[in-house]
Amino acid sequence: MSVSREDILAKLVGLLQRFNTNNIDLTETTDISTDLNIDSVAVMDFVMEVEDEYDIDIPLNVLSETHTISDLIGVVEGQLK
Amino acid sequence: MIDLFDKHKPMVERRDAMIAAGVEPFGLTIEEFVTPTLGIIQGRQTILAGTNNYMGVTFEKQCIEAGKKALDDYGTGTTGSRVANGTYKLHKQLEAEIARFMDKKHCIVFSTGYTANVAMMAGLAGPRDTIYLDSDSHASIYDGCAVSGARLVRFRHNNAADLAKRLERNKDSSGGQLVVLEGMYSMLGDRAPIADFIELKKKYGFQLLLDEAHSFGVLGPNGRGAAEEAGCYDEADFIVGTFSKSCGAIGGFGVGNHPMFEAIRLASRPYVFTASPSPASVATTLEAVRLLAREPERRDRLRENADRLFNGFKGLGLELGCDVSSPVIAVKCPDEEAAVGIWKGLLESGVYVNIALPPGTPGNECLLRCSVSCAHSFEEIDKIIELFGDVFGQFQGASQPGRE
Repeated sequence: MSVSREDILAKLVGLLQRFNTNNIDLTETTDISTDLNIDSVAVMDFVMEVEDEYDIDIPLNVLSETHTISDLIGVVEGQLK
Repeated sequence: MIDLFDKHKPMVERRDAMIAAGVEPFGLTIEEFVTPTLGIIQGRQTILAGTNNYMGVTFEKQCIEAGKKALDDYGTGTTGSRVANGTYKLHKQLEAEIARFMDKKHCIVFSTGYTANVAMMAGLAGPRDTIYLDSDSHASIYDGCAVSGARLVRFRHNNAADLAKRLERNKDSSGGQLVVLEGMYSMLGDRAPIADFIELKKKYGFQLLLDEAHSFGVLGPNGRGAAEEAGCYDEADFIVGTFSKSCGAIGGFGVGNHPMFEAIRLASRPYVFTASPSPASVATTLEAVRLLAREPERRDRLRENADRLFNGFKGLGLELGCDVSSPVIAVKCPDEEAAVGIWKGLLESGVYVNIALPPGTPGNECLLRCSVSCAHSFEEIDKIIELFGDVFGQFQGASQPGRE
């Protein structure tokens, strides 16, 4: 099963809308925590939804290096391989 | 050059806004104690309903005497780690007493409850292992996971089916697998459905660590915690507890029956590289544990008090964090402003409770958290209920108390 980068981006943007209270534009360069102004627990809750969407595990260890939506797309791609 | 403090600005601004509104919920000072459940705050007599002093032992005569004697006999501090010069006869006695109380073969005592979790996690799991942790876990569990270097997988709170899904994804993993639960969760007072997780343990064969910080000495016929209360005590491989709540001291422990349990003393950096607990604290804990074993009626009284407060709050129509009675009873507030205002109102009318705000709370709730003590009199419990009724009533306009 191959999922394109664009598909993942669209999916992540969809899942993030719930946290996007200031209605900012969500792009690959959006910083999930600082641009959306959400705390670390909210980030972990969002990541749980991503895990369920793709039936993958995203260990918390990788989150310290995952800042932007683009970073997260990379993580999802890596886990889907 | 960026100032290292810049990143803390939003937090500081949030605190300053509270101070500007006339409250400093995170800088409260207790000036004096009248009893374990009554203190002087801002010059006023105040019922203490947020101290985690579940078993009311902080002023027990025999604990205080034992502490004084330990100061005389052993001095003020140990000046060293357990693995160097910091092991005294008292530490060994306490470990033997806890092992007996918990009915486990092995016990290691740590300097704080926080350290107990960090040290156990770091001693048990390593970079090739996976730790599965409940999403509502205490910060010390998250930090322990980080120190261990293990792969961390977070599952939905109290949801065994969600954990099963994650175990299934990882079933080909070659490392060890540790699942960490809390017996009773500190913010909402809800218990883990331990039996459901034990079923998974039988299927997947992971090892299980239970943090009984708020339930050691408190729940179960012998005070061994939520697992004993749930009737599945023997299935937990490791249990962690703290002395800062039911024992009224400071320190923590890990217990287990694993034949290699003592290896944690060699492998865990938070055990090896910290000074051992001070003699007076060890001595008061030792007496407190004996007291908790000798006086099970304290647990009965705590249950009565908790039921009384729980039912009283229910009667007021307050929205509670958990739908069963528990020594921790959290009242939900509609938002941060309401929580801060009501907390201040309660304090000024003579009751202290904890205020808990996101991100430190499950589900981003703004909570007023009460912890019940067996030392509370029924009059004090009734007063707490009355004041909650008054202050919530004053704060609410048209809407129902405590509801969004």
